[in-house]
Amino acid sequence: MDHSVLARRFVSDRDRAAWHDRALWFVREKRDRQADDIPEWERLRETASAIKQHTMSRLADYLEAFARHAQARGVQVHWARDAAAHNRIVHTILKRHDVRRIVKSKSMLTEECGLNPYLEERGIVVTDTDLGERIVQLRQEAPSHIVLPAIHIRKEEVGDLFHRHLGTEAGESDPARLTEAARRHLRQEFLSADAGITGVNFAVAETGGFVVCTNEGNADLGTSLPNLHIACMGMEKLVPRTQDLAVFLRLLARSATGQPITTYSTHFHGPRPGAELHVVIVDNGRSRILQSESFRRSLNCIRCGACMNTCPVFRRSGGHSYESTVPGPIGSILAPARSPHRHHSLPFACSLCGSCTDICPVKIDLHHELYTMRSVLDQQGALSRRKKLAMTITSHILQRPWLYRTAGRLLRLGLRRLPRFLLYTPLNAWGRQREMPPGPRRAFRDLYRRQPKDR
Amino acid sequence: MTDDSILPDSARHFLERLRSAQPPATPLPELPVTGPWLTFDNAAERFQAMTEAVGGRCLFVADAAAAEAALEELPAWSRAATRCSLVANIGSSTFDPAAVDDPHELQHTDFAVLPGEFGVAENGAVWVTDEQVPHRALFFLPQHIALVIPAEQIVHNLHEAYDRLRPQDHRFGAFISGPSKTADIEQSLVIGAHGARSLTVLAVQNRF
Ligand code: SF4
Repeated sequence: MDHSVLARRFVSDRDRAAWHDRALWFVREKRDRQADDIPEWERLRETASAIKQHTMSRLADYLEAFARHAQARGVQVHWARDAAAHNRIVHTILKRHDVRRIVKSKSMLTEECGLNPYLEERGIVVTDTDLGERIVQLRQEAPSHIVLPAIHIRKEEVGDLFHRHLGTEAGESDPARLTEAARRHLRQEFLSADAGITGVNFAVAETGGFVVCTNEGNADLGTSLPNLHIACMGMEKLVPRTQDLAVFLRLLARSATGQPITTYSTHFHGPRPGAELHVVIVDNGRSRILQSESFRRSLNCIRCGACMNTCPVFRRSGGHSYESTVPGPIGSILAPARSPHRHHSLPFACSLCGSCTDICPVKIDLHHELYTMRSVLDQQGALSRRKKLAMTITSHILQRPWLYRTAGRLLRLGLRRLPRFLLYTPLNAWGRQREMPPGPRRAFRDLYRRQPKDR
Repeated sequence: MTDDSILPDSARHFLERLRSAQPPATPLPELPVTGPWLTFDNAAERFQAMTEAVGGRCLFVADAAAAEAALEELPAWSRAATRCSLVANIGSSTFDPAAVDDPHELQHTDFAVLPGEFGVAENGAVWVTDEQVPHRALFFLPQHIALVIPAEQIVHNLHEAYDRLRPQDHRFGAFISGPSKTADIEQSLVIGAHGARSLTVLAVQNRF
């Protein structure tokens, strides 16, 4: 469905939409305070961007080095070309260990691959352990934001949900008490799980180790109790050297939630004694994006979510309106790059304001890529007929100055003279939630011409 | 470059596909340890302030006896029925974690006192490893934890931190910055999500 259609649903609940906007802006402001605290912030961003670009230019070598070092430490490394292979590999490992219950920390990759439904169909109970993810899982929805999965839900709704599922008191909406109930509930899940699944924030080529970052400690509980840990990683998560982690850990939490670092940044180098550790490396369309000169920088993304918090469209339309595991500006590049026909409306859900590009810790040229994506989608014939028609008409007019001038004159006149019922038709999307400005008498062109020339 | 004896077919196909997709080479930037990065006039002070900013407590104490006394003053410690310490001369244990085979048995631990290697001033993080800690669950499962670091072991920033540590020497190593927390319900910060409800850093001046 078009982003605009889904966004309309979201904004029809005015209070919620306004709250959502404010909550994300609050996170953005926290990020600004943290960034201002670091005088070398811009240098850090540039360094991070250069490290990632270099890594992408030698990704095969680095992945190979990573795999060798990891194997030497007793880690079992698997290679998955696509989502189906990833799910199959994970399931095969779980089956070999006769696993019934797993606890999973936040991993956008497993969301992207649809791992939960795949395992559930095969009789395995999957519990998402990040509090926000647990909330959306109990509601049987997808996360609406990659860092703040339940940002679209109000505390009263969490109260109702927990009342039904966890037996909290009816009407309880205090975040501290609700979190306490979730803590008790999830402790039992951690203690009874047969395996833990985590994502990977950064993997280090020179050591074969990887880092997982959380604030709640859920990835750590999920991997320090059961004897099986499976880490699922997108192939772009690599950095060459241990030292590089300093750059990325300094940027990640500050950009994501405005914290100086996540509470837990855990480095895994080999399995716990007596336990097994598996890493599944996933391509799933990434090598195609890597090939594209216009879009490959989108693979530098460290999934901090800052571009979502700052995006005026995301804040006002909610993550679900993107219908993509990764929503917002970066998702509007990754999703259509992978499935142009399904996600064609996303790059247009953007005013090209460039705020995302300014804030992105790895300096992805987000709004430029979004702009380029529009014409790529057009060339691929992926645009809706209406959009295509509108673009053809506009381009026809813009190419003919006389037509442009005439159209402008008619519009100015129309804005002044036409009765409301003709101006505010369903066809005029700009008049839907706002008053149109009064039509000016003169075009800018005329005003400019009348300027005294000598100055 | 591919060594068939180690890498399975799936890996070779994967890497071949990648090699044909790779963009032109760009250089890897040099990373100096010092120079461009933020440092502080008083790293200890900043570390203490940051630990508190992330919801923890940080106490600088003269020696082990003073650390012990500081611990006794913590209600979470004095109330703890099940507790253990893996730091010599600081805190007492009601059980021996090394004698525990299965980490699940640690679930009733109320308080654990654990060794940290050093602190990071810029973000209040403490580097910990599994070196003297038999179960890594001890960092996450107890209701409260205290990390003991030598007071002079505080680096300015993460660049200095990574310069001195070799994470690959340990199967497990982590930066821990404050107690477990979440803001997933309406962005209101709640301390004590899954892991420790409180985290106290004891920075000890004269270790021995
Ligand atoms: S594109 Fe940049 S700002 Fe957006 S999530 Fe990725 S790293 Fe963060």
